[in-house]
Amino acid sequence: MIRVVLPGHLRTLAAVGKEVQLDLPPEATTADLLDALESRLPMLEGTIRDHLTRRRRPFVRFFACEEDLSHESLSAPLPADVLSGREPFVILGAMAGG
Amino acid sequence: MSSVRVLVGTRKGAFILRADGRRSDWKVEGPLFGGWELYHLKGSPADPDRIYASQSTSWFGQLIQRSDDGGRTWAPVGNRFAYATETGTHQWYDGTPHPWEFARVWHLEPSLSDPDTVYAGVEDAAMFKSIDGGAEWNEVPGLREHGTGPSWQPGAGGMCLHTIVLDPSDPNRMFAAISAAGAFRTDDNGATWKPINRGLRSEQIPDPEAEVGHCVHRITMHPSWPKVLFMQKHWDVMRSDDAGDTWREISGNLPSDFGFPISVHSHEPETVYVVPITSDSEHYPPDGRLRVYRSRVGGNDWEALTNGLPQEHCYVNVLRDAMAVDELDDCGIYFGTTGGDVYVSPDGGDHWQAAVSNLPAVLSVEVQTLS
Repeated sequence: MIRVVLPGHLRTLAAVGKEVQLDLPPEATTADLLDALESRLPMLEGTIRDHLTRRRRPFVRFFACEEDLSHESLSAPLPADVLSGREPFVILGAMAGG
Repeated sequence: MSSVRVLVGTRKGAFILRADGRRSDWKVEGPLFGGWELYHLKGSPADPDRIYASQSTSWFGQLIQRSDDGGRTWAPVGNRFAYATETGTHQWYDGTPHPWEFARVWHLEPSLSDPDTVYAGVEDAAMFKSIDGGAEWNEVPGLREHGTGPSWQPGAGGMCLHTIVLDPSDPNRMFAAISAAGAFRTDDNGATWKPINRGLRSEQIPDPEAEVGHCVHRITMHPSWPKVLFMQKHWDVMRSDDAGDTWREISGNLPSDFGFPISVHSHEPETVYVVPITSDSEHYPPDGRLRVYRSRVGGNDWEALTNGLPQEHCYVNVLRDAMAVDELDDCGIYFGTTGGDVYVSPDGGDHWQAAVSNLPAVLSVEVQTLS
């Protein structure tokens, strides 16, 4: 079971708590995680990745295991501790805006 | 007794103001969607319980919210705005070609007859249409593709399609305005469009009387006179008596003819309201006095309306979508400021009061008259 932490505005939008749990296959990638998240909560489509380019929105960041994964390829496998559920995959809004 | 519902979009959420027909005792609900920019909310003329809202942030992009119960509950609907065809480029601020990119929805214009049909004006400039209550959006490509698009250039706020006016006498006719491209009209329900900027003069562009390139800030129309259009341009207040084919200036005795909103009295088609702003760089009222100007003769002859408005040390702006009128017998005029005040006049502009103060900067104000 993979644990995903959403930023406050997206929790409100999706009417969910701090963590969303997803079932993903072993060796799942960040793209797989985002696909599963958007399939479960379709109102999030377009808020984390651009609808058309499918790229991460510029002011959205991905953190896990005390690492910034924002610039990793979306097709890279998730960290083992995320896949095991030991650590959450954190989606958050970038520190911007003063 | 009739009542009014005022839909206020701000930099940090939406607010709904409610009052009875006296329009003196206001109940304020909000913020809705706190922390998000609400560029525009507007109710369907065919079903006032149906309200659409444009919600966005730089972080999480564009959402469209819909209410089916007059704003009590909301649900996100479709937010995929994909240009229908190859977009090519428009001019960037420095004159170089720049790819067309969707940024946000500036304006939502529900159909006059069908609650499920709504138009969206977006940045980079294009018009979208939904016929299923906002679930899916498809571009009306004839506007962007009519031919002059590659020469369009953004205004300071972005290259936005911010005004959509539907002609109540002809369902095939619509008007749109884009900063800084100008005004456009379709006579075949959006299939084809043409620029309607003859008579506009803009000293800020190489050819002041060019076919396109004018920074039109807002167009309005009285529904009983659909061929008469009033325009607040970057500079100049303008009027057309032939559905935009030609324009003439009606700035007359205004203290400044720069501004953003323009509205028409709901029962007097020749009574027009503007809020003069000092200049294109000084976005506040002349002399620090917040004055709405009213012409009862369709322009040129303007009177200052000040009763109840701050007359010293006032340095706010009133943005293009932030002025509206109700349809009660004594027409109410409403506007919101970047200082977060929403002012109401229940008597056509003679007296004003703040319905609410200290909101986030107001981006849009719309009024629904409820029976």
